[in-house]
Amino acid sequence: MAADSLINWSLLALAAPGWGGVLLQGFLHSIEIAIGGYALGLLLGVGGAFGKLYGGPVLRDLLECYTTIVRAVPELVLILLLYYAGTDLLNQFLGAMGIGTVDISGLMAGIFVIGVVQGAYSTEVLRGAIKAVPAGQIEAARAYGMSPTKVLRRITLPAMLPYAIPGLANLWLIATKDTALLAVVGFSELTLVTRQAAGTTKAYFLFFCAAGALYLVLTLVSNLFIGVIERHARRGFAERR
Amino acid sequence: MTDETTHALALVPEDLPKAEAFLKPHRIVLMLVFAGLIVAIAVFMRWDWLPRYLPRLGSGILVSLAMLFSTAILGFLLAVPLGLVQVTGPWFLKAPARLFCTVIRGTPLLLQLWLLYYGLGSLFPQFPAIRHSLLWPYLREAWPYGVAALTLSFAAYEGEVMRGAFAGVPQGELEAARAYGMGRWTTFRRIWLPRAVHRALPTLNGETVLQLKSTPLVATITVVDVYAVISKVRQETFLTYEPLLLLALIYLCLTGILVVAFRYFENRIPTRGA
Repeated sequence: MAADSLINWSLLALAAPGWGGVLLQGFLHSIEIAIGGYALGLLLGVGGAFGKLYGGPVLRDLLECYTTIVRAVPELVLILLLYYAGTDLLNQFLGAMGIGTVDISGLMAGIFVIGVVQGAYSTEVLRGAIKAVPAGQIEAARAYGMSPTKVLRRITLPAMLPYAIPGLANLWLIATKDTALLAVVGFSELTLVTRQAAGTTKAYFLFFCAAGALYLVLTLVSNLFIGVIERHARRGFAERR
Repeated sequence: MTDETTHALALVPEDLPKAEAFLKPHRIVLMLVFAGLIVAIAVFMRWDWLPRYLPRLGSGILVSLAMLFSTAILGFLLAVPLGLVQVTGPWFLKAPARLFCTVIRGTPLLLQLWLLYYGLGSLFPQFPAIRHSLLWPYLREAWPYGVAALTLSFAAYEGEVMRGAFAGVPQGELEAARAYGMGRWTTFRRIWLPRAVHRALPTLNGETVLQLKSTPLVATITVVDVYAVISKVRQETFLTYEPLLLLALIYLCLTGILVVAFRYFENRIPTRGA
């Protein structure tokens, strides 16, 4: 019975009896969360990096706590903590304000959770990259009379990109794979959908391999884009290797 | 292009603050605030369940650590040939190794774990040859699948690191070894491998921390590690925060011990002239 159902391709059909459409829907959810979480993480990371480099001692220590805790505790645990505690605290806060509770969509919660985790990592990546910008460039900009925001916009951010991009690219790949962990809290992204499809049809291998192929395609396509972006950011640098 | 930065994502020994610069006025205030927070958590939250679950938590931590060390050691043993054939091997070894690393690194660990457990786990019982083999008592359990998935994942990430490390050993050292009349095996054993491991050591620390952080995934396939024990607590006591906070604290301590231990060992290895 199992031998022929192993390669029953019609299970992957896009229409109703097949699970292909459901799988693609879950894939789309995964990508949405990855993009949202990555963007939120970048925002937090830029803020965190600047706070760590130029902030006061208290802010610096608090940020150190944030990055250390996030990097020392497993993502799965953080996701559970933030998912349950975060939504609960928000509702308690809104209740105390007299607005009443809201239902937080799984998508928003997922983006928030991935974003907080990504923020800690990108803080470290961006901090390292900003520190790698030669001090002379920034001094020269200041000597030209540029204001701090202009120095940031024209010198610091563009000049740190070549140092930051390998780390940020890694973070993007990690974000796409971290979305799989949301399956544990019951958000219907690709991994959970795959498990449901596999459990219903008993064609475990087919569905898990199909999902793996989708993730792999995402990684490989991302790698192509990363290569293009990196070449663009490193223009003017000596070729490595 | 994205290989060399994974260690930046884990805690590396340089991250720890130095002892002499640690005590400053604002830090003392912050520590008092945190101490107050911890006291408030201890007093106002419910911890009466803790003594009942303490023995199970202890065995859960041991299971997590066993998972970590067994998979890290097995994975490293697998990573050395993976890295080596990618540097020197003929194409028919190089290509599969490269493919293996790409596939494992390109898909989520949770998916690989479930593929092994639910996929192979549902396939094996259908073959009488496997059912009657000596391995069957083990294949019926969940932990071999967890060990297999974590080992493969560690091997793929560390294999990539070892590839860089093997390629980075200066060619002159290998030529010098050959000039001394060492055979290929002796050169590998005495020069190439030690130098590569030495180069890969800082990354190995980070990878081990990352591996510790992926061990709770095995709880999703019914291995009773510390994460599974805490899930059990949450189901039985209907508490949301307390067990999760304790779990986070346990992992913080484990990571801290791991990082400090690695720093101790790293300091014992002489790096002069490296």
